[in-house]
Amino acid sequence: MSEAAVQVVNFRKRYGPVVAVDNISFEVGRGEIFGLLGPNGAGKTSTLEALEGLRSADGGTLRVMGVDPTREARKLRDIIGVQLQTSGLPGSMTVREAMRFFCAYHRAPERVDLLHRLGLGEKMSAQYATLSTGQQRRLSLALAVAHNPPVVFLDEPTAGLDVATRIDLHEMMRELRASGTTIVLATHDMAEAEKMCDRVAILLRGRIAAIGTPRELTATGSGFTKVSVRTENGSLTRSDAAFPGVARKTVQEDYVVYFTTSVGTTLSAILAHIEAHGDPLIDLRVERPTLEERFLEITNGGGAR
Amino acid sequence: MRAFANHFAFEFRTGLRDKNLLLLNYLFPLGFYAMMGVMMGQINPLFIQTMIPAMAVFAILSATVLGLPNPLVEGRENGVFRSFKINGVPSLSILSIPAMTTAFHAIIACFIIALTAKPLFGAPAPVNWLAFALLCVLAAFTCAGLGALIGVVSANTRVTILWSQLIYLPSMMLSGMMVPTSMLPAALRKVGLLLPSTYAMHAFQGLALGQATDIQPWAAIGILAAGGILAFGLALYLFSWDSRNTTRRGHPALAVLALLPYIVGAAIF
Repeated sequence: MSEAAVQVVNFRKRYGPVVAVDNISFEVGRGEIFGLLGPNGAGKTSTLEALEGLRSADGGTLRVMGVDPTREARKLRDIIGVQLQTSGLPGSMTVREAMRFFCAYHRAPERVDLLHRLGLGEKMSAQYATLSTGQQRRLSLALAVAHNPPVVFLDEPTAGLDVATRIDLHEMMRELRASGTTIVLATHDMAEAEKMCDRVAILLRGRIAAIGTPRELTATGSGFTKVSVRTENGSLTRSDAAFPGVARKTVQEDYVVYFTTSVGTTLSAILAHIEAHGDPLIDLRVERPTLEERFLEITNGGGAR
Repeated sequence: MRAFANHFAFEFRTGLRDKNLLLLNYLFPLGFYAMMGVMMGQINPLFIQTMIPAMAVFAILSATVLGLPNPLVEGRENGVFRSFKINGVPSLSILSIPAMTTAFHAIIACFIIALTAKPLFGAPAPVNWLAFALLCVLAAFTCAGLGALIGVVSANTRVTILWSQLIYLPSMMLSGMMVPTSMLPAALRKVGLLLPSTYAMHAFQGLALGQATDIQPWAAIGILAAGGILAFGLALYLFSWDSRNTTRRGHPALAVLALLPYIVGAAIF
């Protein structure tokens, strides 16, 4: 069996004349949290659904724990857990019944503890149709992981969740990773991807525009680090001094913001400047580019790899 | 086995819990039965002679042809079947278990009718209760097959109603439920032979009530069984998990093949 939990090689998917996914390849290691990012229509859902066995591929090879999702559907069911973005359960099915129903089909013991853990303990007898969107998503997540699958696909898992439940969910994802579960996560939430994912792939128009760890991706962007400085007398605002490494300077409220490729030398020069002008420092912030900024840079600039 | 038991129990409860299904499984057929018993007993005393099979077939049609298709369409269109597929629920279970539980509800309604029609309205009770029970099972199986097929091929619930009524309304008028088929014009009698309810009525009358019938009851049973098997087979073949992602194995128009046994019946009788 391959070392990778998920393998996608030259995967292609088209709908009539529209090419939804164009020859993409990537691997997800075991125990990894892998993020699929991209604007709507980038091919994320097509890729996920092909891996889940819900769509067939028009070309290429897909494997989940060595299993072909199209040809070995029965084997696939027990090794994956899926939280669909738009999942449905019969409206009259209660929370407890849903857990019992799906665990029975997976030949796994019921996991009522998961329902309590995800805040559904008091909703055991509530019918699916009466649950809020957040509760439906939590139930869907509980059902996805109840049979302890080695690979879990989560499509927008935290959309519509309150902050506390989101934190709980992230904690649960970390626990799953710690227990060796591989998670493939499709999300629009860049902060979530940056915080949770070991690696991410940014899809754009059916192609992989960038792939790597969040740190690698942000480092391969424009490369600018943002240095924001606020001083008591505003000496930097009035100054025309050209600090080393600085490509651009803007003023945002009381802060002077420098975009630099050389943080150390820029900082030294700024500090020397304000000291020389006798201008006391009030606040200094150094911010690396975020994944969201890199994502916007890629999606706005285009250029699939 | 555990999965089957859970699924069966859930679908059975749904037949009582869901207001629409409760209406079609029990309230509508039993309410109609009570109304017909009161009214028709005075207007048309002949009706009382065939009241039990007529109301049993009515209850079966209501639960299966009217009640079964919509949940199947909604399950497909609302992504329920996608969830089922991902979690390993086979298409055979998706079609057969609701069909079984619907048939079960219909059979309960049939027995309520059969057990109360004599004391309440003086209708002749079945002389062969075993035959009555087995015919309830067979008629429910056949009509559930048609209900499942309608659910599978209908694009939405409005189309479902159209197809269901295409079987249901002629059944009321032409199958012998309201008026004996012998009183119908020859052309309408032939049209009635395209309906499963006509064969169910003859089988019930001949084997459960011991009455004389135009059609050989065993031949009617054969046609009903063939119709049920064909309808279920076609429903399974044409089943689609998701109207957006899944390509059907065949064109929905193939569903008309389910009429074959009845066309043969119409040609023979």
